[in-house]
Amino acid sequence: MIKHEAIEKNAFLLLVLSFFAVTIGGIVEIVPLFYLENTIERVVGMRPYTPLELAGRNVYIREGCYTCHSQMIRPFRDEVERYGPYSLAAESMYDHPFQWGSKRTGPDLARVGDRYSDSWHVEHLIDPRALVPESVMPPYSFLVRTSQRTDDIGEHLEANRMVGVPYSDDMIANAERDMRAQVDPDGEGVDGLLARYGDNVRIRDFDGNPDMLTEMDALVAYLQMLGTLVDFELYDADAPENLR
Amino acid sequence: MSEKEIDDISGVETTGHEWDGIKELNNPLPRWWINTFYITILWAIGYMILYPAWPLVSDYTRGYLGYSSRAELSQSMSEAQVGQAVYLDQIRDASLDEILASNELRQFAMAGGRSAFLVNCSTCHGSGAQGAPGYPNLNDDDWIWGGTLDDIYLTIRHGVRFTDDWDTRDSAMPAFGRDGILGRGEIVEIAAFVRSMAGLDIDPALAARGAEGFADNCAACHGESGEGLRDLGAPALADAIWFYSSDADAIAAQISNPKHGVMPAWGARLDDGIIKQLTVYIHSLGGGE
Repeated sequence: MIKHEAIEKNAFLLLVLSFFAVTIGGIVEIVPLFYLENTIERVVGMRPYTPLELAGRNVYIREGCYTCHSQMIRPFRDEVERYGPYSLAAESMYDHPFQWGSKRTGPDLARVGDRYSDSWHVEHLIDPRALVPESVMPPYSFLVRTSQRTDDIGEHLEANRMVGVPYSDDMIANAERDMRAQVDPDGEGVDGLLARYGDNVRIRDFDGNPDMLTEMDALVAYLQMLGTLVDFELYDADAPENLR
Repeated sequence: MSEKEIDDISGVETTGHEWDGIKELNNPLPRWWINTFYITILWAIGYMILYPAWPLVSDYTRGYLGYSSRAELSQSMSEAQVGQAVYLDQIRDASLDEILASNELRQFAMAGGRSAFLVNCSTCHGSGAQGAPGYPNLNDDDWIWGGTLDDIYLTIRHGVRFTDDWDTRDSAMPAFGRDGILGRGEIVEIAAFVRSMAGLDIDPALAARGAEGFADNCAACHGESGEGLRDLGAPALADAIWFYSSDADAIAAQISNPKHGVMPAWGARLDDGIIKQLTVYIHSLGGGE
């Protein structure tokens, strides 16, 4: 039998050997995380969320949408035929935390963007059963009456930058202006918003009420963007480096 | 520790350790349990060798079997496509009229169109295509943008007022009230006239006063007798089918500050063969022209 006694009676030896054991465990678990980058596909089109989309994402998380909706289309034929191309790692690289989800009471939302009209989303969030009689989703009608907080959005961007989202100083400084610009297609802030986030930004009044920036605006802006950023015409799904 | 000591009360071997007269019993884990544990470790090692496991500096270990869930999907998709190719290729090449004329192709398109409808269209148009206020019923004869095969195909493909598609169907009704084109009283009169055209109960005197306003402001798109104009997506008004509501206040609100329906373009999202199947299915629903 192994003589435990020798180790157990020598504090220094016990310390050295336990440290050694914990180090091996630590290396095995932690070091691969430093190289996660190489598991993320190279894609064209991904950009950080615009301030309005990020605010909508915060509403999405606050209301617990993730408890019933996943944002992860798995690489199976039934899912791909229903929802569209399977989700890529690259598509959630700016998500902190990610919204993959593990349960679908409602449908997956990873590619819900551009799938329905803005007014459909608004009406559906106000009263889901008015449009989908078999739905069990609770109503979120208060979102159209709740004005969206704008003064802290720069700090949200900054917090995301701290965990690795490439928001520039310019984006953070103009966050509040960009947020308002996204619901005002005729306003003067549009050019700045497009210059900072690229052309693939939906700019319009999302909730049908141009007089007020509401949480409904933010949430619908977020939903209408989901899954629409990556240019799949420039993505070779069968390239060896993209097969997982 | 030199020789085994058996505890008198439990009959179990002790470890030989003793603290203030208290001795520790030696109850080892069952052999089968320990062996199962070792087997799981071996299994993990085997798994790491056979399947993708470790991220490395510039790549990751791909595993001896070269397994990839994405490659597997790609294969199952192409197998399914080969299976459907007999019909799908014909559907892609055939014109919509040819699909309708061929018994075999029509049956395939109806089945495929129905499942594509339930996945993509039923959310707005209802699972029985019955529609909802603001989302047209597809079972009736009242077509806003046209009910021929080609019209339906175009609408599905390019959508309605979908800004990302250059060929989308587009039109806008003026906001007669919001933009101050008509006064409140005139709008109420015209709304009453619209109700009277559809044969709905309304004060005849009020409706009569709206006739002129209708002829001047509405008839250009909705037709002199409210028959509608499909080129502009102006709904027919002189029938019992209402897009939003037949309520007098709702009609007045629509004249004052109209809502405009939006339908996404599906051309970029769905294969042309699927859109053709959808067209044939929707055309068959009862109102196809």
